[in-house]
Amino acid sequence: MELIKNHAGRLVPDEVNGVKSIPFMGVNGYKPTGTKIAKSVRSCVDFPLDGNKVVSSLKEALVNSGIKDGMTISTHHHLRNGDILTNYLFDIISELGIKGIRWFPSASFPCHSHLIPYLDDGTIHHIEGSMNGPLGRYTTEGNMSGMGVLRSHGGRYQSIQDGEVEIDIAVIAAPTADPFGNANGVNGPSACGPLGFALADSEYAHKVIVVTDNLVPFPCYPWHIQGNNVDYVVKIDSLGDASKIVSGTTEVTKSPDRLLIAQYVADFIEKAGILKDGFSFQAGAGGTNLAFALYLKEKMIKQGIKARFIRGGSTKYLVQMLEEGLTDYILDGQTFDLEGVRSMRENPGHINTSPFTSYNFHGKGNFASIIDAVVLGATEVDVNFNANVVSHSDGYLLHGIGGWQNCLYSKCTILAIPSFRDRIPVIVDEVTTLCGPGELVDVIVTERGIAINPLRTDLLEATAGSGLPIRTILEIQAEVNNICGGKPAKPRVDKTKPVAVIKWVDGTILDTVFKVIPQK
Amino acid sequence: MNKTGYAGKKGDKIRSDCYISITENGLENNSLQIKSKVSPMYGENIESQMYDLIQKAGIKGVDIVINDYGALPFVIAARFESALRRYDPAYKTELLPLKNNNLRGNTAKDRRRRSRLYLPGNEPKFFPNAGLHGPDGIILDLEDSVSPAEKDSALLLVRNALISTDFYSAERMVRINQLPKGLTELPFLLPHNIDVVLLPKCESEDDVNSISTFIEEFCITNGIDRRPWVMPIIESAKGVLNAYKIATASELVCSLAVGLEDYTADIGTKRTNEGNESFFARSMILNAAKAAGIQAIDTVFSDVADMSALKESVLEAKSLGYEGKGCIHPRQIPVIHEAFAPERTEVDKAMKIVAAFEKARTEGSGVVSLGSKMIDMPVVKRALRLINNAVADGMIPADWNSEKVDKG
Repeated sequence: MELIKNHAGRLVPDEVNGVKSIPFMGVNGYKPTGTKIAKSVRSCVDFPLDGNKVVSSLKEALVNSGIKDGMTISTHHHLRNGDILTNYLFDIISELGIKGIRWFPSASFPCHSHLIPYLDDGTIHHIEGSMNGPLGRYTTEGNMSGMGVLRSHGGRYQSIQDGEVEIDIAVIAAPTADPFGNANGVNGPSACGPLGFALADSEYAHKVIVVTDNLVPFPCYPWHIQGNNVDYVVKIDSLGDASKIVSGTTEVTKSPDRLLIAQYVADFIEKAGILKDGFSFQAGAGGTNLAFALYLKEKMIKQGIKARFIRGGSTKYLVQMLEEGLTDYILDGQTFDLEGVRSMRENPGHINTSPFTSYNFHGKGNFASIIDAVVLGATEVDVNFNANVVSHSDGYLLHGIGGWQNCLYSKCTILAIPSFRDRIPVIVDEVTTLCGPGELVDVIVTERGIAINPLRTDLLEATAGSGLPIRTILEIQAEVNNICGGKPAKPRVDKTKPVAVIKWVDGTILDTVFKVIPQK
Repeated sequence: MNKTGYAGKKGDKIRSDCYISITENGLENNSLQIKSKVSPMYGENIESQMYDLIQKAGIKGVDIVINDYGALPFVIAARFESALRRYDPAYKTELLPLKNNNLRGNTAKDRRRRSRLYLPGNEPKFFPNAGLHGPDGIILDLEDSVSPAEKDSALLLVRNALISTDFYSAERMVRINQLPKGLTELPFLLPHNIDVVLLPKCESEDDVNSISTFIEEFCITNGIDRRPWVMPIIESAKGVLNAYKIATASELVCSLAVGLEDYTADIGTKRTNEGNESFFARSMILNAAKAAGIQAIDTVFSDVADMSALKESVLEAKSLGYEGKGCIHPRQIPVIHEAFAPERTEVDKAMKIVAAFEKARTEGSGVVSLGSKMIDMPVVKRALRLINNAVADGMIPADWNSEKVDKG
């Protein structure tokens, strides 16, 4: 393995886990040709003709699926931090004495720190997905046998479709399922909302196991997962801790500084002329984003403006906007709270969409670039508007990419971030890890002012003289460095030891996470 | 047992603060141990700041331990000095942080004081961003929000904040402790950009006299040009009866504030939403302030969750003649400002009056008239002030009158 400089000037390995990799070639610089992979031919007569695919245990399903060393096993993250199934799954794999698994989750959560002993003993070789919290720390300190691979939600989808990742066994947690394998996430004690992130897994994996704690007679409808793609169905007592799967309520931030940021974002969208009849936006479930949606709603009511659609993940605040007639549609990819789950059941305008309608780079267009404004977070941004969302300034991996990279293609990408956290400035000279190229980041909103990317002369003109606190990013950076007592030092890392790579939405390698040298 | 002193806060939930202990080690040399949540970014910075502080303090033969949770440099300096003073009560040299040269003067005796935001004096995490929320004044509080055991530590923290923290356009206020203790705090504050001293539990003109005399003498002795204004807070039956004497005791008194929590306790009743129990006190204080030609400032509204009740409360205070309200959460500020904003009809009328005044002036006429009515100068002055406020609030553009004058 050698390290080479990619188009963004970042050092990346030319080989990841023994496979040749393509360095980032610039935004929209790499467009592969050829065909996507095909699925193997199956005959229905090889499956139970009575439609009953239930086997007695997950272990049996795994053994029947031919589990062996070195396989790729996928899971989805819709159970979030309440996921018990994945931990149980690897308990069984370990018990079977299987080694060298590539775990391919759509995201990981702190609850998965349970898997660290399996990374230690070689049951799991490496993770391709996200490395959050304790797993991030573990990876960054160089403890994982293989190299971690972080992909966006869209990037994960196409890595499956493009044949880059071949899933041997997909284990799909299904809050409700029937014996044929039809499954959804909106009913049952472990309800989590739609199962969009397991879609590609169900379609492309060689073997698909649906695991449920709420087995209903055929047919289970809606079927987010189609039984026609499923090999085995397993009933277990509980998929997860319901209180951690979906929060009963998502809460608006109480932090005065974050509320101020949210207010500035809403003001910006108004003053920049984005807020008009028929507009669209996307904002996540973070406390700042929720507050933004509320401030925007006030403006919409006052000015009699209605959105055409809001892109979810949905929350009760977006549901209220739909039910109060402030938007025609919520196009939902995932639901963050129980109100979202309810609304999707009841409101025809609350539409369950595959997240990949929005996120897939290898398709004939996607929704992300149609959206007028998206509000996202970041751990760091730099003076060239490059942004980081996976690691902190100490060099440690902490978060996944999620749909973040895919959303950058919106017409106006706004990062709503505090200018510093405790003593740590958020605007730096160069991001610790590059996740989003600056040319796609349009606006940075902090409590100290709003910085507009100089490339967006249209936005600069639209907001000139608007009374908004528009400043250059360098001005905000200088003020914060002054408060914090100078520029922060860069983390000490071993530049010969890459521990994980960041993929760009087109499958190329955008940046590398190096092993952190622990402080004395 | 070895001699020891410590200051600051520690624990997993602490943010933007630190805990520093100094312990006698019976040796010639010092030892320094640093544990910081931000060590990859600021570990070396903290180390060099600590060495610098130790050297300036000239202390020998101690073990120094710092647990840091992202404290800013001015906080680290204050906690170190505080630990040092507790370690050695005879220690006297002040260890001042780097002066912030960006600090602007934002004070005037009659400037607007619609909102004043209280910040607990021993909670540094609230300091750096407080001014971003645009209050007219920020009060670094040394009195009720600081426990008796932390008064000394909070004083050094507040001093360092006055030196280094930008509160943007807010007036820089400190609520000292009740006299006589408050007087011992002033030497730490007067040299450092303080705009207003809030004097709690002010009972009589004697209190004002002792503070204004102290300020005058201290500033002369130490060559300080700038005197802070004094805002007495009247919080007792006796204070209410002495309100006019308090308001007129010194030229430094810029406004009278009322504190109802203590007042209602003093007269033996409870605060109600209707506020009948304090109507006399508030009217008395208001009349005293107006008779003395200064502002009257209403009490704090402390239910941070109820914005509509806050608005009602401000409108009620405004109707009595009050010009300011205390608050404890930044999100209360826009509500207060909006409620204190002049009404559109008032602004329209004032614009007519000022336009008539400008017209008379350009025509060299000594008489200002609007329609058939003569307008007195005090009315013009009030209209001018209202227009200034309306411009500041963005209700009308700064050049609202230019076109008319040109035509005139």
